[in-house]
Amino acid sequence: MNSPLDSTVLFQIGPVPITQAIVTTWAIMAILVIGAFALTRRLDLRPTRRQAALELMVATLDTQITETTGAAPAPYRGFIGTLFLFILVANWSSLVPGIAPPTAQLETDAALAVLVFLSVIWFGIRAGGVSGWLKTFAAPNPVMIPLNILQSLTRVFSMFVRLFGNVMSGVFVIGIVASLAGLLVPIPLMALDLLTGLVQAYIFAVLAMVFITSAVEQGTPNSAKTDLTLKKKDT
Amino acid sequence: MDYAAIASIFCAAFAVAFGAIGPALAEGRAVAAAMDAIARQPDAANTISRTLFVGLAMIETTAIYCLVIALLLLFANPLLA
Repeated sequence: MNSPLDSTVLFQIGPVPITQAIVTTWAIMAILVIGAFALTRRLDLRPTRRQAALELMVATLDTQITETTGAAPAPYRGFIGTLFLFILVANWSSLVPGIAPPTAQLETDAALAVLVFLSVIWFGIRAGGVSGWLKTFAAPNPVMIPLNILQSLTRVFSMFVRLFGNVMSGVFVIGIVASLAGLLVPIPLMALDLLTGLVQAYIFAVLAMVFITSAVEQGTPNSAKTDLTLKKKDT
Repeated sequence: MDYAAIASIFCAAFAVAFGAIGPALAEGRAVAAAMDAIARQPDAANTISRTLFVGLAMIETTAIYCLVIALLLLFANPLLA
């Protein structure tokens, strides 16, 4: 049986080996970009059925972001939405016969987690400036600095191991069951795998959102307090 | 007999078996608490279930770590290389 930690190299561009997961990732990226472009090319004030469905998706995303963070969704919509959609499509790409989901490879998940790590820094610096962002490491008091630095690294690590473990274990279990008992037996497991894929995509996006918000809110002390009071009033 | 391979396989099995106990109990407690909360306050079901899912995924991560360790033992074992 193939190791889930290995990746199959399809061809090489110069010294760079191109694996199957990368090709699948490119295909998913192309589908998402072309699909988004084609669907939003003609937007109208009186929405067609297609546009209404798209608006429903964006509105759901906005509601989720607002409920998770208590902040306005506009700055985060692009990043979080893309993250969610990409991971969802990648997880569900195992539905296409012969395609292994790229998120079942450690490299893809590591790249996604590094994106989240960088975006936390980016949004943190944009909200409070460099000094404000650096001050978040000294919260609640300077004794916590090493722990906070460690935490910002380990949570990224745990994020990508979580995604990798869940998706890869789904693929692995289906592979084992399919090799044991042929035709219809793996189908319930595949259904479970679809649910896991959805939940993991959702959780990855929510966690990214939570990390970004914690950096943003701690970086800007005034808005943090008002946000907290607003949240308390809501609940 | 190659004792390193045998020990690795047993350790992988034990890692998954005992690593699953803690998260299983924890997830049971979490779901029970969430059910209780939803029964008391059905209005808050959306918020509770969203938090529950995120929490369950966090708890599940510990079991996934054990799985990853087991797979490392089986497929990327430095003793067997």
